[in-house]
Amino acid sequence: MRRGIRGVTVTALVAGLALTASACGSGGDDGNGNAGGELAGTVTFWDTSNDAEKATYRKLAEGFQKEHPKVHVQYVNVPFGDANAKFKNAAGGNSGAPDVMRTEVAWTADFANLGYLAPLDGTPALDKPDDYLPQAVGSTQFKGKTYAAPQVIDTLGLFYNKKILKDAGVEVPKTFTELATAAKKIKAKTGATALYLRGDDPYWFLPYLYGEGGDMVNARDKVIEIDDGAGVKAFKTIKDLVDSKAAVTDATDGQENQLKALKDGTVAMAIDGPWDIEGARAGKAFKDKENLGVAPVPGGSSAQGSPQGGWNLSVYAGSKNLQAAYAFVKYMSSASVQQQTTEKLSLLPTRKSVYDVPAVKKNEMVKFFKPAVDGAVQRPWIAEGNSLFEPIKVQMNKVLTGSATPEQAAKATGDAYRKLLKDYK
Amino acid sequence: MTLAVRVRRALGTHWYAWTMVAPVVLVIGVIIGYPLVRGVFLSLTDANEANVERNIGVNHLPATYKFTGLDNYKAVLTDGVFWDRLGWTVVWTVGCVGLTFLIGLTLANMLNRTLRGRTFYRLALILPWAIPAFISVFTWRMLYNEKNGILNKLLAGGGIDAVPWLNDPTWAKLSVIAVNVWLGVPFMLVALLGGLTSIPGELYEAAEMDGAGPWQRFRNITMPGLRAVSSTVILLSTIWTFNMFPVIFLLTRGGPGDATEILVTYAYRLSFVDSPRNFSESAAWGVLILVLLSVVAVVYRRALRKQGEVW
Repeated sequence: MRRGIRGVTVTALVAGLALTASACGSGGDDGNGNAGGELAGTVTFWDTSNDAEKATYRKLAEGFQKEHPKVHVQYVNVPFGDANAKFKNAAGGNSGAPDVMRTEVAWTADFANLGYLAPLDGTPALDKPDDYLPQAVGSTQFKGKTYAAPQVIDTLGLFYNKKILKDAGVEVPKTFTELATAAKKIKAKTGATALYLRGDDPYWFLPYLYGEGGDMVNARDKVIEIDDGAGVKAFKTIKDLVDSKAAVTDATDGQENQLKALKDGTVAMAIDGPWDIEGARAGKAFKDKENLGVAPVPGGSSAQGSPQGGWNLSVYAGSKNLQAAYAFVKYMSSASVQQQTTEKLSLLPTRKSVYDVPAVKKNEMVKFFKPAVDGAVQRPWIAEGNSLFEPIKVQMNKVLTGSATPEQAAKATGDAYRKLLKDYK
Repeated sequence: MTLAVRVRRALGTHWYAWTMVAPVVLVIGVIIGYPLVRGVFLSLTDANEANVERNIGVNHLPATYKFTGLDNYKAVLTDGVFWDRLGWTVVWTVGCVGLTFLIGLTLANMLNRTLRGRTFYRLALILPWAIPAFISVFTWRMLYNEKNGILNKLLAGGGIDAVPWLNDPTWAKLSVIAVNVWLGVPFMLVALLGGLTSIPGELYEAAEMDGAGPWQRFRNITMPGLRAVSSTVILLSTIWTFNMFPVIFLLTRGGPGDATEILVTYAYRLSFVDSPRNFSESAAWGVLILVLLSVVAVVYRRALRKQGEVW
């Protein structure tokens, strides 16, 4: 078995390399366009929503069949962690790629750059584009064309356990310094640790970086910024939080561990996004749903900011059923579907009109997250955007485990960026 | 005699043999030869995901990468990353193979004598081999979870502080080695047990008659008797461990930081995590790994042959 597994891995790697390079293989989709103006055939949709969300998404996606009875929607849930690589393998190998892909905001430019996505300008997929929030549109643009329709928008917030903070007699911290001070009281009075710090995922590093007024890169002037003073300070902040025991962290399995810690009430606060609202509320600490509070992420020494994230819907350029795929994107990004994802999952819509719907307006999570999203920091929407995270992850781990100083980490991240972005300073 | 005649004669005499090996040659050529040649070729170019030939549905994007000679190799070999990763990969390989061999040898010797329930023990020890490696590795990852894993719960029961199994660079190194040893022992055990049963019992009897102690018997009969088997399994195990992708990748993804990153997981990172995927540099890493392993294999074989003359 040992040999078997190793053989499979190597063969897969080699075959992947050869396949992608020579692009052999053939597309396999039985869709067949629109017969006589009516949409028909199959639309394969790769959805990346998490375990708490996927049942709702499946239902919504299959709802498309009610509007277009001749179309069969093939819903496939692909775990977020594998989705990027899986789509690239399938799209580049021209075999097995879906017609519609849920692309994370940082992926859209990457896929578009490789020619995997169909431009949507002038197609039925883009319905009432003026209705989209301007910040949601940012990530769908690449080199002057639109490659996606925004589906949900999000940002990070500070999830907190109201009861623990009340028992400890502390206010919701507005900066990480306040959080560190409050941590002692929280520990003494309730025994809980103040914060779960996601040391395994570089996305969670951004609030610390933005809090010092820094950024990863400046895409307009093509300058790498992570290794200036702000980057160093941000690495120092996370290290101090963990060293002072104000925060606990992990280098692996952070998503599960953070959610569990929050649900069990072993931590008072965690920085998280709207996608975990449902998951968190399932825990024993939030039996009373009101106990979960959400506040803006704490600021650093000079600013406050959290990254703007979200999901788009893109159409595979090689889809055999483009017309149905466009219609499906239009449907999934429509006001009525967005309203349902908000009502059922508390996810934030990307359409202005949906925010005017009373049920959405009243949603407590929307009430919090909408202003947060309005103030969220847009990332550089460049093709390499997604690969800027891995170097941060490596250095974050190193700083948190003490094998690199904040200065070394910031420098090493900058150096890694220079390898990825050859024309940047 | 012209070439044509010679070929015809060779084919005429050995046509049967040629026909018999043809399928094997073909299969090896397709599944090993082609990717290998392709990999070497790519390592001499600047190919990446954005400039190789692609067919997206009806759109055809032609290849635009160019030949760059040995630039990739120069870049890799002058970069500290390669040497850092090589250092840890060597430690990892020597550590894993050494421990696996010692444990395998001990267990094989214990199981080679007649004792009650021997079949049961043999089966139980082979069990890790019977489980797909990725399942074992995921299980280990759950056991290792610092906050919610069983290992730390057990330690807490004994009043011991939580161990950061995968969260501390040194512990993570030990943890990945432990899992790989756990996975590798059954293979060693089976191979060495086979070797042991092939050593004639008369040798031991004769040695005992001559007054040789257990250690002397082990040293002078068992070890030489196992030599053929052990040299092969050590070589195989070295090659497998050197490239043991699943254990590292599934347990730590090379982390924390890059503490457990071995050469192949780094090559994977280049060709699957970076964007656009860097096929050429990744291929250069692959070729360097191949060269390293080939050199090790040749040197090892030669060393063994020399020793063989002494014995």
